[in-house]
Amino acid sequence: MADTTLSAPRARRSGKLNLRLWLPLLWLGIVAAAAILAPLVAPHDPLEQDLMLERLPPFFIAGTEPGYWLGTDSLGRDVLSRMIYGARIALFVSLIAATVTCLFGSVLGLVAGYFGGWWDRVISRLVDIWMAFPPVLFAVLLVAVMGTGLGSVIAAIALIDWTRFARVIRAETMVQSRMDYVDSSRIGGARRVATLASEILPNVMPSIIALLMLEMGIAVIVEAILSFVNLSISSDDPTWGSMIAEGRNAIHFAWWVLLFPLIALFLTVLSFSTLGEGLKQRFDPVLQ
Amino acid sequence: MLLKTVLIRLITTAVTLFGVAVVVFTLVRVAPGNPIAMMLPPGATEADIENLKALYGFDKSLPQQFVIWLGGVLQGDFGTSITLRQPVDQLVLGRLPATLELSLMALLIAVALGGIAAVIGARKRGSGTEVGVDLVSGAVLSIPDFLWGLVFVLIFGVLWPVLSISGRVDPRLDIDFTTNFYVFEGLLRGRFDVVGSTLAHMLMPAMSLALPLAAMIAQLLKQNLKEVLVQDYTTLARVRGFGETAVILREALRNAALPTLTLVGVQFTFLIGGTVIVERLFAYEGLGNMAIDAVINRDLPLIQGIVLLFAALFIVINLIVDLSYTLLNPRLRHG
Repeated sequence: MADTTLSAPRARRSGKLNLRLWLPLLWLGIVAAAAILAPLVAPHDPLEQDLMLERLPPFFIAGTEPGYWLGTDSLGRDVLSRMIYGARIALFVSLIAATVTCLFGSVLGLVAGYFGGWWDRVISRLVDIWMAFPPVLFAVLLVAVMGTGLGSVIAAIALIDWTRFARVIRAETMVQSRMDYVDSSRIGGARRVATLASEILPNVMPSIIALLMLEMGIAVIVEAILSFVNLSISSDDPTWGSMIAEGRNAIHFAWWVLLFPLIALFLTVLSFSTLGEGLKQRFDPVLQ
Repeated sequence: MLLKTVLIRLITTAVTLFGVAVVVFTLVRVAPGNPIAMMLPPGATEADIENLKALYGFDKSLPQQFVIWLGGVLQGDFGTSITLRQPVDQLVLGRLPATLELSLMALLIAVALGGIAAVIGARKRGSGTEVGVDLVSGAVLSIPDFLWGLVFVLIFGVLWPVLSISGRVDPRLDIDFTTNFYVFEGLLRGRFDVVGSTLAHMLMPAMSLALPLAAMIAQLLKQNLKEVLVQDYTTLARVRGFGETAVILREALRNAALPTLTLVGVQFTFLIGGTVIVERLFAYEGLGNMAIDAVINRDLPLIQGIVLLFAALFIVINLIVDLSYTLLNPRLRHG
């Protein structure tokens, strides 16, 4: 009796788990393919303006022009082509910014959690100070200080979101540090740094991976927000955020300029967070 | 013991606030772009520039400027906005009510939506309805407020244009209120036209801010309700003839609510942080919208004032949450 009730949900769960991994991977694969193959698959030049073709509606609405599947914006630029090129910036920012943030925050979290003492006090106080800033305002301020550009956007994300990694990894490291296996490693003669790297790090890895995935989604959003307030890269370059800003302004004339990049952002963020959850369950030794 | 805990908490709070002041001050000073140059008409002389610099204190060294600024802040003097030419504290306090009303409304919506979803999920536990609550809350949770705001702009601005997608209140209304708390003062004065218009403008930004928190509440509260619903006293209530919904509402909710209350307290600061971009998105005249303008215009005194106010607000809310948790939790009280 107990066996059947326990095994039934588990079987169903593993079936759902696979779908939860494959659906996000499918969408992210499409985005990655669009980003890599942009010059080949984009039907038009994303910067080409044609005022004769401004605000063309998407294919399912009357009055469209063949070849402009998702319509054009107020300057007659092709929405689909801009989205395809925008995928490049979105993916680039999410990969680089999330990795930098993850390295920076995880190292600080591991150090604070394992060495404790003054390390912990200083890092925890820094986290407190950082968390007292509204993140969006902080990001806008940092980019204004560093100057607009892709590098500033990435730096701003890392400088703000490291606290997310530092907090979680610190707490998990503290829990792991008290485990017997850490003591036995130390008794066996391993140095503290070696113990941290070889014993503790593998055990906090599932959390790091889940947070990394989450951060990739967040990075895409932050880039979009900065583009939205016109502080990301040059406003001519196609990004999903700058398209959204344009679409918001032209909402009563050309809503499709907002709708399609919004769907892309929605699916991308959802994919990253679902993937993070799925990977965490898959790599978690306890859940296995 | 308790007093010591509270004292330590207060001291770390002061240290954090000081740290925030240092970070804000340093950040805005290293920003490129000379704010003085932007204020001057073309053809201004060197002497004009020096006079203006002296007026705003930019002629002194950075540590001197910091001490003067901090001394002023402690006395409630936040300087003068460069672009708006008004005292920063007046500008900031004038906008604060709009942001507070928006945040509180969002909090109310989040608690209501999340609470209802949790009760329904717990009531129908083990059924397809619970799976539905889990799926929807999981998806809603991973989409941030900015994207929800855009979804609402599309739905209620274009598809079914019933709500205004910009501003805080109908500009045609004649408002001669003493405070900028349009909802509260409107209710007190019986100006229901103002209250209605403000609420209608506030609904979409508040919903955008509320949805992720509502999903969090739904998940946590449902989990805690389910744990409480297998306890003996809920069984006893069922034996006494109460229906399942009554058991949840009368017995379980009160005992399952504490973790959710803590979550709400902690998440409230994140929600307030979210107002910055959501206000921008809906052209809502609050602090966040003003802050982004201040950054774009390099209005240093105004940026400092707004960031410091936000930080103080966050720190005070966290302090209240921490202290009330210490006071409410008997295990910590005697620890």
